[in-house]
Amino acid sequence: MRLASAAVLDQGDGAEISVAGEQASCDRLGALHFPALGLLCVSDLHLEKGSSFARRGMLVPPYDTAATLLRLQAVIDRYRPRIVVSLGDSFHDPEGAARLPEHTRAGLMSLMAGRDWFWVAGNHDPKPPAGLPGETVEALAIGGLTFRHEPSAQASEGEVAGHLHPCARIVQRGRSVRRRCFATDGARAIMPAFGAYTGSLNVLDRAYAGLFRREGLMAYMIGARRVFAIAGGLLHPG
Amino acid sequence: MRPEPATTAATLPDPFLKWFAERGWSPRAHQMELLAKAQGGRSVLLIAPTGAGKTLAGFLPSLTDLCDRPKRRPGQAHRGIHTLYISPLKALAVDIERNLARPVGDMGLPVTIETRTGDTPSHKRQRQKLQPPDILLTTPEQLALLLASSDARRFFEDLRYVVFDELHSLVTSKRGHLLALGLARLRAMVPALQAIGLSATVADPDGLRRWLVGQNPPGGMADLITVSGGAKPDVSVLDSRERVPWQGHSSRYAIPEIYEMVKQHRTSLLFVNTRSQAELLFQELWRINEDSLPIALHHGSLDVGQRRRVEKAMETNSLRAIVATSTLDLGIDWGDVDLVIHVGAPKGASRLAQRIGRANHRMDEPSKAILVPSNRFEVLECRAALEASTVGAQDTPPLVEGALDVLAQHVLGTACGAPFDAGQLFEEVRTAEPYARLDRDTFDRVVDFVATGGYALKTYERYARIRKTKDGLWRVSHPRVAQQYRLNVGTIIEVPALNVRYVRAGRGPASRGGPTLGKIEEAFLETLVYGDTFLFAGKVLRFEGIRENECYVSNAPGKDAKVPYYGGGKFPLSTYLADQVRGMLADPKRWKALPGQVADWLRLQAKVSVLPRRGDLLVETFPRADRFYMVAYPFEGRLAHQTLGMLLTRRLERMGARPLGFVATDYVLGVWALGDMGQLFKSGKIPLAELFDEDMLGDDLDAWLADSWLLKRTFRACAQISGLIEKRYPGQEKSGRQVTVSADLIYDVLRTHEPDHILLQATRADAAAGLLDVRRLADMLSRIRGRIMHKDLDRISPLAVPIMLEVGRERVDGEASESLMSEAEGLIEEAMGR
Repeated sequence: MRLASAAVLDQGDGAEISVAGEQASCDRLGALHFPALGLLCVSDLHLEKGSSFARRGMLVPPYDTAATLLRLQAVIDRYRPRIVVSLGDSFHDPEGAARLPEHTRAGLMSLMAGRDWFWVAGNHDPKPPAGLPGETVEALAIGGLTFRHEPSAQASEGEVAGHLHPCARIVQRGRSVRRRCFATDGARAIMPAFGAYTGSLNVLDRAYAGLFRREGLMAYMIGARRVFAIAGGLLHPG
Repeated sequence: MRPEPATTAATLPDPFLKWFAERGWSPRAHQMELLAKAQGGRSVLLIAPTGAGKTLAGFLPSLTDLCDRPKRRPGQAHRGIHTLYISPLKALAVDIERNLARPVGDMGLPVTIETRTGDTPSHKRQRQKLQPPDILLTTPEQLALLLASSDARRFFEDLRYVVFDELHSLVTSKRGHLLALGLARLRAMVPALQAIGLSATVADPDGLRRWLVGQNPPGGMADLITVSGGAKPDVSVLDSRERVPWQGHSSRYAIPEIYEMVKQHRTSLLFVNTRSQAELLFQELWRINEDSLPIALHHGSLDVGQRRRVEKAMETNSLRAIVATSTLDLGIDWGDVDLVIHVGAPKGASRLAQRIGRANHRMDEPSKAILVPSNRFEVLECRAALEASTVGAQDTPPLVEGALDVLAQHVLGTACGAPFDAGQLFEEVRTAEPYARLDRDTFDRVVDFVATGGYALKTYERYARIRKTKDGLWRVSHPRVAQQYRLNVGTIIEVPALNVRYVRAGRGPASRGGPTLGKIEEAFLETLVYGDTFLFAGKVLRFEGIRENECYVSNAPGKDAKVPYYGGGKFPLSTYLADQVRGMLADPKRWKALPGQVADWLRLQAKVSVLPRRGDLLVETFPRADRFYMVAYPFEGRLAHQTLGMLLTRRLERMGARPLGFVATDYVLGVWALGDMGQLFKSGKIPLAELFDEDMLGDDLDAWLADSWLLKRTFRACAQISGLIEKRYPGQEKSGRQVTVSADLIYDVLRTHEPDHILLQATRADAAAGLLDVRRLADMLSRIRGRIMHKDLDRISPLAVPIMLEVGRERVDGEASESLMSEAEGLIEEAMGR
């Protein structure tokens, strides 16, 4: 079955970037599309995070997986990619895939049908998701690009990673704005988290130390209707 | 209602008679009256001004009863507590312990008195459970915790009295709702329990009287004893030599005059409405403090040690003036204050009366107070407050219906204490006044929410926190649930704040850091960049950076320091004062009492425009530069005006007036647009009656609310109180930001997928009563129906000047964030010459 209509989502305008010479567009919903490769990348879906919390007594609404998949469907409908890479932490915990309600699983499978689908292993979901097709890999090299969950300390050229959930903050006219963002210095890109319940970590935090060339850092901040390209020098920590 | 029993004279045991006689005192009439009623089995509300011996009155029934009680024989089981005393402040409980200890010691009464607060060490708590004191002094949160423990029944089985101090301040918040539910629980355990409420003067004593007793049948009330105030206070409004400004809240113009007053009195208490104003006023006073008078600062964000030092200095009368916010409102004893200066508008008549009461703890001497308005509308408001104080008018806020998030917390707490039957608990909850009108369906939905989250999609059955077992009782499903409950109990939501700590200039977070100055809200710190200066703790500080939970600062010179703002703490103008101000505007005869410059301002307004009649709404329109303005004068408080502004701009947009923005104050609402609103109103293209029609509170309100950040903020609090998200994990404090993020995300998801969820329902009800002030707006719209007075002008009127000076100062969220990012993006394009 198909998921409910995704047409209600305002996809707005993306922003064009290049990673190690490969052209890509940062979609406003938080996905990265490489047109020349016919490849769509999303990261940190954290599916079934709600039920993961519920197991520990926090009964947060059980609608996060549906909300995340609805947005995933919207970007897939938009780009009709040949290849989809889910860049790790696709499920919030190792049993997450097993907990998927049946109709949700069916909806996800219909999105996967007819494309090459890669589950990159993440720290939350090191094993292949139970009962789902697709290939689980530690890392994936396509063209000049390497897709892996955690950004590596070396070999940054052409690396696309997730894990850190970047956000950026600017201060203008005595006002502070914080948004999820794509972070790149042209050589490496770190993806924003795509999941409905995922928090974020400032791109200037110590956790990112050494990952970007300072002078080249750009944050593509995700606004309500489009993506904004903000120079690293204008960003604030915290 | 039961008939009032004939009051028989109270009997005082011998030790009491002797104690009074030795001191040449005799018990006051209201103390004996309360004792008599209590001895007759009644619950009582005592309303009395500061200094009337309220505390002793409240404890007299307990002390006399304990005095006559036979001693516990060796080997006999320990008795449960006899009297429970509940106060809004830890400090107050500690104070009372000290004040009671003296007479109890003097009389040699066999009575043990102990406090139990968040600061009580765990070994003492343990011991209190095994050997309960006769009188336990505690806070609402601690009561909830005691009730949620499995030995609650034994602990409370001998309880005779529960005494609520400062009841007027307890009942108006969610804290009061939780407390009312706790009281209902106590009554269920001990049906003969008697409640004694101690309160300052309030507008509706009957509400408090109902609150104290079980509402089964509905309408039951505690007996009332009212002690009228002593001497009338001597209140005046500053008639300044200087020009009173059109707008603003700094009162800078009056600083020299304030300083003069301080010099002429022994000790002055300077009250302001916000912490920001306190910092500003303190700074300005020291700037001209040529005599180096000891002037101190006191507000809730300052380091505790610093506050204690100021309080100590106050007690020993070594200060000449203290600048304070509402942290000093409650009944802690101070030294000899002989003048209260209220800087800024008082916002409410009762609020002013309570603050003036602080000045003098001897009932028979008049307190002296001077009101310093910071702008022209505030002159009118101060005058209205002064007149209210002369006639003793009261305008404390009305009690609101019990919140559902609080009920959810209580239901879980009840299950933690002992298994419960839903039907019985429902009946019990309805005996609490705030929940007396609760329906069974809503109650069942709350129980369902506590059990599995209450979602239409029933996926969490297996993770249920409470379960109905075969015997029909609801039980906690896992011991961990009770543990989580205990860590999250209470209704006070901390605003995310960071410690402010000294470092050496330029060293930033790298250095170790010096002493802590207090806490500042994260929302303000986020607007700072390295090197910015701001006022805090009475100092000019330079922002050096943030590391984890600390904000580093160094001393800085400089005058252009920013002033931190704090969420909350701003009270809107009371309905009563608003009506008085409207009455004053409409009646030129009353202008004689106003300072000359303000009366002149009103006369000029009457000449070039018009002054509205008391019940009318004046709407002025005029062009200015390339825009068209509409200014309305409802005087209904900032919150109601903000809501009105949001709704009006939506309507004006739809009706084709192309509105651009609006700004709201406590008195006035200003809207600006590209379309000529004056023309549109006059020609009937936009009928004013239609624009201001009450139906705006229907669909328009719902549509706007859905996206409003106000609702997100309200939801965050509801989610924490109801136990949907945790305040903290066992052993680990969650930082404010992480909670913020997840609550907002949860809100978005829930709103899209289950807009009728009970927690969203609770959130909307909360916002309507709180941040949106919908009730007041509704009352206003119905009042002005058919009474809108439109005046189309060719230029700005005198009355409109204050609001026009506010234009452009408003901070509106949402759309503005997008334009800020767009601006930042533009900066590089500009730099790159593209």
